[in-house]
Amino acid sequence: MRDLTKRDLLSLAACLVIYAAVQGLITLDVIGPFWQLNIVLICINIILAVSLNLINGFTGQFSIGHAGFMAVGAYLSAVMTVKLQLPFPVAIAAGAVAAGVLGFIIGLPTLRLKGDYLAIATLGLGEIIRITILNIPYVGGASGFMGIPRYTNFTWVFLLMVFTVFVIKNFINSSHGRACISVRENEIAAEAMGVDTTKYKVLAFTLGAAFAGVAGALFSHYFYIAHPASFTFMRSFDILTMVVLGGLGSISGSITGAILLTFISAALASYPEWRMVIYSIALIVLMLYRPQGLFGNKELSLKMFSRVTGGGQRGAA
Amino acid sequence: MLRKILSQALVIMLIAALAAGCGGGQPKADVIKLGANLEMTGGNATFGASAANGAKLAIKEVNAKGGVLGKQLTLTVADNKSEAAEAANAMQKLITQDKVVAVIAPIASSSVIAGAQVNQDNKVLAISPTASNPKVTVDPATGKVRDFLFRAAFIDPFQGSVMANFAAKTLKAKTAALYIDNSSDYAKGLGQFFKETFVKSGGKIVAEEAYLQKDTDFKATLTKIKAQNPDVLFVPGYYQEVGMIVKQARELGLNMPIMGGDGWDSAKLPEIAGTQALNNTFFSNHYSPDDNSPAVKAFVEAYKKEYNQIPDAFAALAYDATMMVIEAIKRANSADPVKIKDELAKTKDFQAVSGLITLNATHDPVKSAVIIEMKDGKQTFREKVNP
Amino acid sequence: MEFTHQLIQQLINGVSLGSIYALIALGYTMVYGIIRLINFAHGDIYMLGAYVGFFATTTFKMPFLPALIMAMAVAAVVGIVIERAAYRPLRQAPKIAVLITAIGVSLLLEYGGMILVTPQPRTFPAVFPAHTYNIGGIIVNNQQIVILAVSIALMVLLTYIVHRTKTGKAMRAVSFDTDAARLMGIDVDRIISITFAIGSGLAAAAGVLVGIYYNSIDPLMGIMPGLKAFVAAVLGGIGIIPGAMLGGIILGVIEALVSGFISSTFRDAAAFAILIVILLFRPSGLLGKNVREKV
Repeated sequence: MRDLTKRDLLSLAACLVIYAAVQGLITLDVIGPFWQLNIVLICINIILAVSLNLINGFTGQFSIGHAGFMAVGAYLSAVMTVKLQLPFPVAIAAGAVAAGVLGFIIGLPTLRLKGDYLAIATLGLGEIIRITILNIPYVGGASGFMGIPRYTNFTWVFLLMVFTVFVIKNFINSSHGRACISVRENEIAAEAMGVDTTKYKVLAFTLGAAFAGVAGALFSHYFYIAHPASFTFMRSFDILTMVVLGGLGSISGSITGAILLTFISAALASYPEWRMVIYSIALIVLMLYRPQGLFGNKELSLKMFSRVTGGGQRGAA
Repeated sequence: MLRKILSQALVIMLIAALAAGCGGGQPKADVIKLGANLEMTGGNATFGASAANGAKLAIKEVNAKGGVLGKQLTLTVADNKSEAAEAANAMQKLITQDKVVAVIAPIASSSVIAGAQVNQDNKVLAISPTASNPKVTVDPATGKVRDFLFRAAFIDPFQGSVMANFAAKTLKAKTAALYIDNSSDYAKGLGQFFKETFVKSGGKIVAEEAYLQKDTDFKATLTKIKAQNPDVLFVPGYYQEVGMIVKQARELGLNMPIMGGDGWDSAKLPEIAGTQALNNTFFSNHYSPDDNSPAVKAFVEAYKKEYNQIPDAFAALAYDATMMVIEAIKRANSADPVKIKDELAKTKDFQAVSGLITLNATHDPVKSAVIIEMKDGKQTFREKVNP
Repeated sequence: MEFTHQLIQQLINGVSLGSIYALIALGYTMVYGIIRLINFAHGDIYMLGAYVGFFATTTFKMPFLPALIMAMAVAAVVGIVIERAAYRPLRQAPKIAVLITAIGVSLLLEYGGMILVTPQPRTFPAVFPAHTYNIGGIIVNNQQIVILAVSIALMVLLTYIVHRTKTGKAMRAVSFDTDAARLMGIDVDRIISITFAIGSGLAAAAGVLVGIYYNSIDPLMGIMPGLKAFVAAVLGGIGIIPGAMLGGIILGVIEALVSGFISSTFRDAAAFAILIVILLFRPSGLLGKNVREKV
């Protein structure tokens, strides 16, 4: 336990250094507005990818409805700040809770399904959420929810990204997390060993949904608008792609996947006609060469570069 | 965790380094850079591609005549994936990375609004060819005009009420049904103002239905509308779905007049719907091909020569928007973004393809609308409505 | 009377829409049945077929039937190529990696297609014109009948192939247990190629018929029908050929009834909601057998 705390402290210090460095570069105008925006987008995508990885990678439940939960967070938080004039942190919390509760309500019945059936059900649920929002005039319907103030900045996204990664990381390393992994490895065996599989599946799903809600809240308060077209199943696919590309069951993989794909997308912005073609070819090639994802289910560690450190207990998280 | 963070740091540093590299690019002195933030992929890609063609044609023509202020023009196109958030991203890129002096803004109102703050903050104007929602140029929160936002299209209230008046007065309709493209705020806005004006003039809306872009089967809803037996059917939407709706409506025996807005304008419409089915349909537009205006003729000829297609409303309006910006640069005698903005706001009686354009105080074009009747697949002039 | 009248018309609308879903779902369900892959590119093969049919009838002035056969042949070849290049190397990889590859292939076909044929919608020439029949106020169109007839015929043909031919037997064997099938001397790769060829050919046939029926095709036309067809296949019990037909018709009828009697805006939501409800009570679809999991 003490060891964990020490490592956490070290990591926190590292985060602080990164934060200070990036913030410094932003203040000094070394990072222009375009890359600032993409750094924010990267952080939001990391939250989405890591939270989806908890569901897909660690608990092994094939969900492709993440965009729906993101939409709930985006819209509810906007209602909080715009219509009810509540402060931003309350709005984020409300978005997270709403998405989490919805995840719980949805997860309870649907997580009985398995594999591709669960996939199509979650995809359908994501679309149902989107279509429902599309039909609520109170939040702008098809025109989208306009006039959202920009409260999100680099500090907010970075803070919440670190928070998300910490919570999910610690969750996975807890006994709950191990129960989730046992569900992924072999559900029947897990059940036979006395793991309440339904409970852990729903727990992971709820937690993942709540963080998607956080990402949604940050998203809508950065782009001034929440629009149904931003939350189609294509976005769910994007998030899933980040997770699989990085490696199912690897948090550092999800982070790398989110950074890489956001970066590719931004770098290709100058070739609009060819952007999606290049993107799709890159996707196919990457998958053909690394079908298990960049990191497999391993975590990135300094051991990959040198064998100096003796951390132990890492790897098969 | 530490190592992960370290690796993350590496990547972010890399990005930062790249940003530093990219950010420092100075615009070349001998060209004037314009940008276009358009729907090149995603659900509205069809419209975005047309608009990009229109804008490129305008640039090409002006360059062939020696450019403006003795400089050649370039157009940098950025893709907004038909998504509001991506539109803000693309706007940011065009203005801060590519350092363009003015931007042709997205097709969809929601995407223009998402990027509007970027324009305001960086003091670079955006003119949308087609965004018709009043909120594009007027900030709903403050009620003030956004000084750097412009449009080349009609606003929804004007077009919606033109068609409602036409239905009530000319067609003598007492009841109307609305069938709206629910994924487009353009169609919703048009529907809303049609409804208001139509009800005000004593009519009754008997059915309000909706579809989504990329839908192909409309028969179920049309059967429902048929049971209400309205005098007219108003379908504000874009030509691809409208064509299929008209075709399927006629097959189901809905023989009442069908009406719509400028989204109908395309040579594809008669091909999709069939020339027979399109008889007894009316839509409002910026210009009529009958009116023999040299601007229209020259544009259609040039477009056909360049792309081997007949231009639709998106191409025409994007062409106009680009020409308006170029004209403003000429008048400002400078490529300074703020000066261009000031001159663009003063646009008066500018002879565009879509008519004589004057921008009013809220940066909306004041131009007359024409109502077109489809006769055996040909657009024919029906009447002209002044604002 | 008015209500029953409308109900009958809506049922006809629904069956006609459903037969289109069924047509696409047939190929979907075959491919899934054999390699357990949600082939997201299936909807785009449907688009490809529509375009081949379009160019065959316009540029090469072919009559309807040769154009249809050409579209099916080209799509079958493309299907085999996709399987060889993108899916076969991943046979041993995690399933989700293949799924991501399928999404990649789908995006490639959509946006590659957009560059090749431009995003502008195209319209088919009148290869077989529509006639409308009005029977006591109920309106039916000959194209609707053709589509329904073709999908039923193809369903019967497929069922025959799968259950009565040697290739079909091999398909069932591969689907049941790939390794055991290989040990029995079945060329698994060849069987999978054949399945992809048949599935893609079916999608292309659907593409041409639908292109003619709706009279408008564009490079992104396959996304929604592809998704709906998959829903239809799952609804009926994925991997089961009559299930795809049943699922498609049910989905079409639900959509028509929801649009006709509730609200068109909730049509897609209702379709997905019913799918989820059915899955909760019959987790392997309407015609699927509930397989007990072995420990």
